[in-house]
Amino acid sequence: MIELIDIHKSFGSQKVLDGLNLTIEDGRTTVIIGKSGGGKSVLLKHMIGLLRPDSGRVIVDGVDITRLGDKELNEVRKKFGMLFQEAALFDSMNVEENVAFPLREHTKKKDSEIREIVRERLSAVGLPGVEKKMPSELSGGMRKRVGLARALAMQPRIILFDEPTTGLDPVMTEAINELIIRTQKNFDVTCVVISHDVGSIFKIGHTIAMLYEGKIVEYGAPEEIRKSENPVMHQFLAGSLEGPISIM
Amino acid sequence: MNRISIALDNFGRAVLSNVEEMGKILLLFVSTLVWMVRPPLKVRLIFKQMEFVGVKSIYVVVLTGTFTGMVLALQSYYGFRMFSAESLVGSTVALSMTRELGPVLTALMVTARAGSAMAAELGTMRVTEQIDALYVMAANPVKHLIVPRIVASVFMLPILTIVSDFMGIMGGYFVGVTILNINEGSFVRNITRYVDLDDLYNGLIKAAVFGLILSLVGCYKGFNTSGGAEGVGRATTEAVVLSSITILISDYFLTAIMF
Repeated sequence: MIELIDIHKSFGSQKVLDGLNLTIEDGRTTVIIGKSGGGKSVLLKHMIGLLRPDSGRVIVDGVDITRLGDKELNEVRKKFGMLFQEAALFDSMNVEENVAFPLREHTKKKDSEIREIVRERLSAVGLPGVEKKMPSELSGGMRKRVGLARALAMQPRIILFDEPTTGLDPVMTEAINELIIRTQKNFDVTCVVISHDVGSIFKIGHTIAMLYEGKIVEYGAPEEIRKSENPVMHQFLAGSLEGPISIM
Repeated sequence: MNRISIALDNFGRAVLSNVEEMGKILLLFVSTLVWMVRPPLKVRLIFKQMEFVGVKSIYVVVLTGTFTGMVLALQSYYGFRMFSAESLVGSTVALSMTRELGPVLTALMVTARAGSAMAAELGTMRVTEQIDALYVMAANPVKHLIVPRIVASVFMLPILTIVSDFMGIMGGYFVGVTILNINEGSFVRNITRYVDLDDLYNGLIKAAVFGLILSLVGCYKGFNTSGGAEGVGRATTEAVVLSSITILISDYFLTAIMF
């Protein structure tokens, strides 16, 4: 379980998170929605210690990670896998080396074993046989799937997805959504997904949280969210220009 | 009065930000030293960087070294001829190359070739979140990215400098003996008489220090890039300018201490 308690974070004079509270439950998919540039990625980076809050606590399985040194933080990070917005594959390495990277870094497995795991993970994301390709030879959707294969390499318990469907065509968006649902079920992991794609959130989320002005203003199951009276939620789901969410 | 206070204010800010940057570079250096001694050493990555910094710079170092030696011979010949001391051309070229021009020119060329590439590569990795990806996978970016580049540069710069020194003296020999008809015997004899091994060694120590400077600055600028493609461009330019200036300034102080 991940608990974020009273998180404040500013960059210069810009307040991004303002007393945010959120609990991510185990074994479920929580989707965090909100407008672009509203601090969703910042929130996600707090969960894995890439950013530290100005004040507040981030508790992962009972451990407050904001107080940990590098070594202890790395131990906590081994529970996580993360799919970055643009996949963040190492462009000096081919697909196989990318997916194998965490295994070579943290395990003493033999090369043949590692290659077998890489093959399995690539099959799991629907990309068998691309091991020797370089990231620059892959399409956006393929890169994200390789990114997911890399995130799955160490069999993490929690997977963070930073806007997994942004910039993809509708068919690929659907494929990635299916993949997230399947991954969550098959690997029995906790998923946290950042999204502003209304079509996707109801499909993949067990719980949906709306981030607005640095706080979680709505939290609940998809059916509760659909019925929400909150004007921010209303405007966001309707994609309307009228309402409290300003476009800047 | 107001203008003066604004000017002072700006000056103070500039000084503070420079001092702050120096502090950060120093901290990166300390963290590099710490990660350098923590096993396992990434030998494969170090060799890869050695190839990039060293082997792939040889062509440019050979060219600059040779022509520098040639022009030195030509210029000093015209000067020395005025008081019939043409035989000192060889030792002048050799001393200038080993003590100064070999290490400094090599460092400046490698800064332009490899220092800039370090800033650009790490900068791109930063803005495309590849450095964050390393953190997320519990792999330290200093160990993976910075240690190999710095170790490779500190090792390879002295080797490249030897190549540059040698080619410079060969270039000087070619111009002096073959073109300007200086007596071969006195050309070579004066080199062995006036140039000590210490001159060579001190030049190589300088080269190692310059290797440290160019890689540390290149990595620092790349590692701290922000702001997309424009940020990467800015980091690259700043890395080359700051490295070159630091190399030239530290050259003076190293010379003052050594010779």
